Amino acid sequence: MFKTLSTVLLLTGALALPTAAFAQNECAAGKTIEEGMLTIATGNPAYYPWVIDDAPEAGKGFEAAVAYAVAERMGFANDAVKWVRTSFDEAIQPGAKNFDFNLQQYSITEEREKVVDFSNPYYSAAMAVLVRKPTMEAGASADLASLKKLKWGAVATTTALPVVMRIIEPESDPLLYDDTANVAEAMKAGQIDAGIFDLPTALYLSAVVLDDGVVLGQFAGDDAQKLDQFGLLMEDGSALKECVDGAIDSLTEDGTLAKIEAEWMQEATGVPVIK
Amino acid sequence: MNRRQRYEARQRRRSGLIATASTLIVLAAIYLLIPLAPGWERVKASFFNWDVFARTFPTLLEAFLLDIAIFLWSAPIIAVLGLLIALCRAVQSPALFPLRIFGALYVDIFRGIPVVLVIYLVGFGVPGLGLPRPWNSPYIWGTVALVLTYSPYVAEILRSGIESIHQSQRAAAISLGLSERDTMRYVILPQAIRRVVPANMNIFIALQKDVALLSFIGPVEILRQAGIFKSLLANFTPYVAAAVIFLAITIPATRYADYLMARERNARG
Repeated sequence: MFKTLSTVLLLTGALALPTAAFAQNECAAGKTIEEGMLTIATGNPAYYPWVIDDAPEAGKGFEAAVAYAVAERMGFANDAVKWVRTSFDEAIQPGAKNFDFNLQQYSITEEREKVVDFSNPYYSAAMAVLVRKPTMEAGASADLASLKKLKWGAVATTTALPVVMRIIEPESDPLLYDDTANVAEAMKAGQIDAGIFDLPTALYLSAVVLDDGVVLGQFAGDDAQKLDQFGLLMEDGSALKECVDGAIDSLTEDGTLAKIEAEWMQEATGVPVIK
Repeated sequence: MNRRQRYEARQRRRSGLIATASTLIVLAAIYLLIPLAPGWERVKASFFNWDVFARTFPTLLEAFLLDIAIFLWSAPIIAVLGLLIALCRAVQSPALFPLRIFGALYVDIFRGIPVVLVIYLVGFGVPGLGLPRPWNSPYIWGTVALVLTYSPYVAEILRSGIESIHQSQRAAAISLGLSERDTMRYVILPQAIRRVVPANMNIFIALQKDVALLSFIGPVEILRQAGIFKSLLANFTPYVAAAVIFLAITIPATRYADYLMARERNARG
């Protein structure tokens, strides 16, 4: 009885919304881990500019804003969104998940797709090279011959390492770290010359974390190897995938995604392309 | 064989049979029951994936060579520093009391901080002071961190060995005209060190595993290499493969330590 009543209320409420939202409205019903709530996971801590101040509940920062936009298209109001935190490993371990989807710059790869589901991409990041001024002064430039000679560092759990190994082919073995903060620390300590990150993270590190950081260059465009596509991560065979994909597609089509990107991501003009 | 020996042989045979049977039952239960768990298929695919195992094993084995190298150059430094600290704590002359304080403080501090923290603090902190390459290498400062953390354990074990040598030996040595230094060098230490070899073996087995923690500050050794595979393949099997490689070293080493300990016990009667 109560359920019928609330469904009616939900439908009446939904009718008032634009039709696009209504079309998405029912696809998530009964498929979330908590009825009527959408549980979203992100990293711990979540970094700028993806989430501002490590507080995704505020909806500030690119991924936080994307999460709320997706939730809205799926028919969840802002107060029907619940946040949890997970590490990378928790997201791919076998067994029940404690989230409906997880976003923390997960690059979509074929191998990962065998174990978990990814939504359609919500962001494509160019890979960028971060160095410090002394390295620039020592003559590093945005071409592969110069990059080969540098001592490289990267976050081990990202797809950055394959980029370093396949495209740059450095002369000495790269050093690897647990997270971006540690790579930045190793750069400060002079243990590595250059780090490779997605462009927004590189811009953030150069502006905020390193006193003398410079984004030396970015890898251009279309080559899938050089471009990271981020997707929302879901349990393998998730019933929600269709609904989430629908939400992302509609956000892409009507330009909302581009608007969120313009709002939260720094203008990346002026970063040279690596040749 | 007299009646008593026959009885004892029967008892031994009986307990042998019971032990075998109970072991078999436990193994069979594990083998049959675990696959019944509802998540077994997924756990199997994530942790015991033969394809992933075969694909990653050779690279992991290669990365393990770095662990062995770090171990081989850390262990002697730890042994020497541990001995020095133990000697600091064992000095008896009142003029050298500051040495005893230093030894005690050193042990208190570095035995009390988790290895990972020392590795982070020393591995990033000291090079951050502005040392030029190659002196800021994470290998150097990671090794320093391991030495700082492990030498207090070795020192305490050696000290217990030194204290286990009966006071009469010291008295005898002095009455023979040996100096305090010679007493330590020729009488106490040779016996003390021999006595604590098995206990130190355990410390070095633990060190052999903790070497992997150096991966936190950059070096790509087996734990990090397994982490890379885990993240690229979204599969935990590389960790299982790494565990197998570690066991291949630590199990024989542990058995050897057990053997040494048993021998030491028998010798002391």
